[in-house]
Amino acid sequence: MDQKLEPIVKALQEQFGATYEEFRGEVHVFLTAEQIIEALTLLRDKFDFELLSTMTASDYYPQRSPRFHVIYQLSSLAKNVTVQLRVPVDGDQPKVPTATRVYEAANWREREIFDMFGIEFEGHPDPRRILMPEGTEGHPLRKDFPLGYEEPQFTFNFEEIDLRKPYAKE
Amino acid sequence: MTQIEEVNYEQYKHLVSERAFTGETMLLNMGPQHPSTHGVLRLLLELDGEVIVNAVPDIGFLHTGVEKNMEAKTYLKAEVMSDRLDYMNNLGNNLAYCMAVEKLVDLDVPPRAQALRVILVELQRIASHLVWIGTFGLDLAAMSVFLYAFREREQLLDIFELCSGQRMMTTFIRPGGLWRDVPVEFETAVRNFLKIFPKRVDEYEALLTKNPLFLDRLLGIGKLDAATALQYGVTGPMLRASGVKWDLRKARPYMGYEQYDFDIPVRTEGDVYARYLVRVQEFRESMKIIEQALNKLPMGPVRSANYKFVPPPRSEIGVSMEALIHHFKLWTEGFSAPKGSVYSAVESPRGELGVYLEGDGGPKPHRVHWRTPSFSNLSVVPKIVKGHLVADLVAILASTDIVLGDIDR
Repeated sequence: MDQKLEPIVKALQEQFGATYEEFRGEVHVFLTAEQIIEALTLLRDKFDFELLSTMTASDYYPQRSPRFHVIYQLSSLAKNVTVQLRVPVDGDQPKVPTATRVYEAANWREREIFDMFGIEFEGHPDPRRILMPEGTEGHPLRKDFPLGYEEPQFTFNFEEIDLRKPYAKE
Repeated sequence: MTQIEEVNYEQYKHLVSERAFTGETMLLNMGPQHPSTHGVLRLLLELDGEVIVNAVPDIGFLHTGVEKNMEAKTYLKAEVMSDRLDYMNNLGNNLAYCMAVEKLVDLDVPPRAQALRVILVELQRIASHLVWIGTFGLDLAAMSVFLYAFREREQLLDIFELCSGQRMMTTFIRPGGLWRDVPVEFETAVRNFLKIFPKRVDEYEALLTKNPLFLDRLLGIGKLDAATALQYGVTGPMLRASGVKWDLRKARPYMGYEQYDFDIPVRTEGDVYARYLVRVQEFRESMKIIEQALNKLPMGPVRSANYKFVPPPRSEIGVSMEALIHHFKLWTEGFSAPKGSVYSAVESPRGELGVYLEGDGGPKPHRVHWRTPSFSNLSVVPKIVKGHLVADLVAILASTDIVLGDIDR
């Protein structure tokens, strides 16, 4: 582990009983949904993690508990280190408190995760979909969401396929 | 099947101020088909006369499900999608993706490939900034810069075509190196470009930098302070124009950037003009890097010799049984990556371009997430346009240098 990261991981371990994994020189700290806001605040205020580089999630379907990991990628400009926080979330009604009050960057990223994975962020100021159109059913990046395809239209079956295509017709 | 539903009014109430309901302010729709939104971005503006009270960006018109599609392809085939994200920075996207794959499977990159990658992505940075300076001028009614900038960009696209056969969607950088070595004409072509380009940058500057009409439109517009920028996750030239000296090429050097001598242009004003100056200066810094890399370009292979991940050269397939097996395995099943996740970031022309790549032991990625800089950079726009005129919004939007393909993925 990077020497500059050691005190940070140690603090997270002591305060939250967090576990961590190391892979290819990157440190992933595991926290629970209840701890995450406190942990983010601690990292921002005490350890100079000014930048929430990105936030994403990963789906481990068909595993139910935990089904999702919500991932926070943090950067410290002053110390030049990065750390990744991971929050495992269960499959039914996944909920995580919003990080918008700690990092404003989380606002759009959380909307994206909600849109793509259906993970709700409690207390989010603007909980709408961001990329998919309003009224979309399902959450595309879940593993049980089919990739889908478009039926190729040829001259002989153009109209037949056109009729069942989901786009708006005049 | 999409059904037309009643719009739930309560759901959107928080987006605008109370005054919109009394009719005191006007709601105006800008985009998605609007020339100054640089793609298909829709902005819902709440206006008090000419003054913007609220701006609500609506994105997703170019959403193509790249992340989902990449999960369905092998590591090598998925790379093709990376070109299509930020269509101004194709080679940079290739590099970000390849670096993530290399990190995940622990793959080496030969020094010649590293140096060529640096040259190519810096040329791409110049090409991207050229499109930016052209459209920036265009949005502010300086038509001629657009024509000059695209003339120079054409020369760069010719160089990319020379190497890869493609002008834009190159997929030239591959995991473990490059697709193939650059042709002999490459060096002359790049040197020719380096010879003429400094003068051309001077020309653009002569047209814009001290132009009073231009200055009137830019000075003090769209001010963004460093703390807000970091809060919103803004990176790249936008952050550097706000006084934060942060560039991944310097902070976490990759591909041998540490051996080149270059500066990071920083301004402290944080307005549209500062962003313009930072990007113009980046033209010159990129040229410095390219020249140095070209001068000490090492000879040698351009692809890793680890044939478990990198296809062997065509010449070996006819004579070596292993090479044939590797070739067959790689182009049918693909290579398998270990279980685990990596995050790898590069400095794209717009900021931190990161790839979160997760492998599950199989030949296809479990999850690919693109941390695209335009996404974060746009999210701060509603904050900084408040109180400006609609005409200033155009300048601010142009100065953020967003690419909608990058935002919507």
